[in-house]
Amino acid sequence: MDRREFVQRLLVDRGDLLVVPGLGSATYDVAAAGDHPLNFYLWGAMGGTAMIALGLALARPDRRVAAIPGDGDMLMGLGSLATIGVKQPRNLVVVVLDNARYGETGMQPSHTAAGIDLVALALACGFRQARTVTRIEETADARKLLHTEEGPILINAKIKPEDVPRVLPLRDGHTIKQRFIAALNGA
Amino acid sequence: MHSPADIATSWPDTIYAHFRRIGIRQVGYVPDAGHSRLIALCQKDPQIADVVLTTEEEGVGLVAGAALGGQRAALLMQSSGVGNCVNMFSLLRNCGFPCIALVTMRGEFGEFNPWQVPMGAITEDVLRLCGFLVYRVESADAVDEIVGAGCDMAFNGDLAVAVLLSQRLIGPKQWTR
Repeated sequence: MDRREFVQRLLVDRGDLLVVPGLGSATYDVAAAGDHPLNFYLWGAMGGTAMIALGLALARPDRRVAAIPGDGDMLMGLGSLATIGVKQPRNLVVVVLDNARYGETGMQPSHTAAGIDLVALALACGFRQARTVTRIEETADARKLLHTEEGPILINAKIKPEDVPRVLPLRDGHTIKQRFIAALNGA
Repeated sequence: MHSPADIATSWPDTIYAHFRRIGIRQVGYVPDAGHSRLIALCQKDPQIADVVLTTEEEGVGLVAGAALGGQRAALLMQSSGVGNCVNMFSLLRNCGFPCIALVTMRGEFGEFNPWQVPMGAITEDVLRLCGFLVYRVESADAVDEIVGAGCDMAFNGDLAVAVLLSQRLIGPKQWTR
């Protein structure tokens, strides 16, 4: 799948969804789909995307939360799948943008390129649902999972390993945080 | 009135009382002997989501996410866990997230295991380099004042604060063959 098209379709009419994209291309993809104060863009903290989303999901059980890490980010935080599995947040969905590459450092193959299966790992960690999405036509199903099904859910989106133009959102961490908190909590 | 013997064993209750006072709603931890009583108190509290972690660095993300959602969170860890968090601590500094970390010390006073010493010896310096304000508690009667001040500074000022609970306070780990 084309990564930009997938993320664009996934986040269309997102409603009051809270979105935590992981560092690198995931942050650029979410920015390209449209800047939003309820995006907490990450520019670092590799491996932490799913856990930030867990803290947010526990704090706001009334809202749906999407973590959108790349495969390298998810692999660095594999233990967080087990931690999420223990807590069973109903409102948390992890959408991995899996190009089987480390895109920021020169497209070196990641563990998923060797067949390491994030869907199987998520299921083994007690996720209620986990599935791979390989065709853009399936994005509607992924969107339905994202907005309506009981979590924790993992969607492994197989995207093409390609360099796309960077779309750079806000980078100052204090600004990103304060804008998010103001939009969500009115403070 | 607490007798000295009571204070010596009830300092985790004092930390828990501060968690209640300042409204801690999430606590991230890796199971730890020194924190076992505090962890049990948090687990029993329906107002607190206790989150058992596979590695302490997960807890840094948890704290950030809780703050985004309008909740206060605390981290409990051993000194060795501080080393597991170093890069993730950049999240706190870059964004100004409040964080209170209670760190039980290993590798110092009375430690039986030399493998704990290298990390224990640099824990305080590592925390400072990562942007934490660091306070040490050497005796049970100082827990109330120092933990109270640490919690207030963290959440009034959006600061990262670590309170080191010395091995002298906790007691050396009992080791039997």
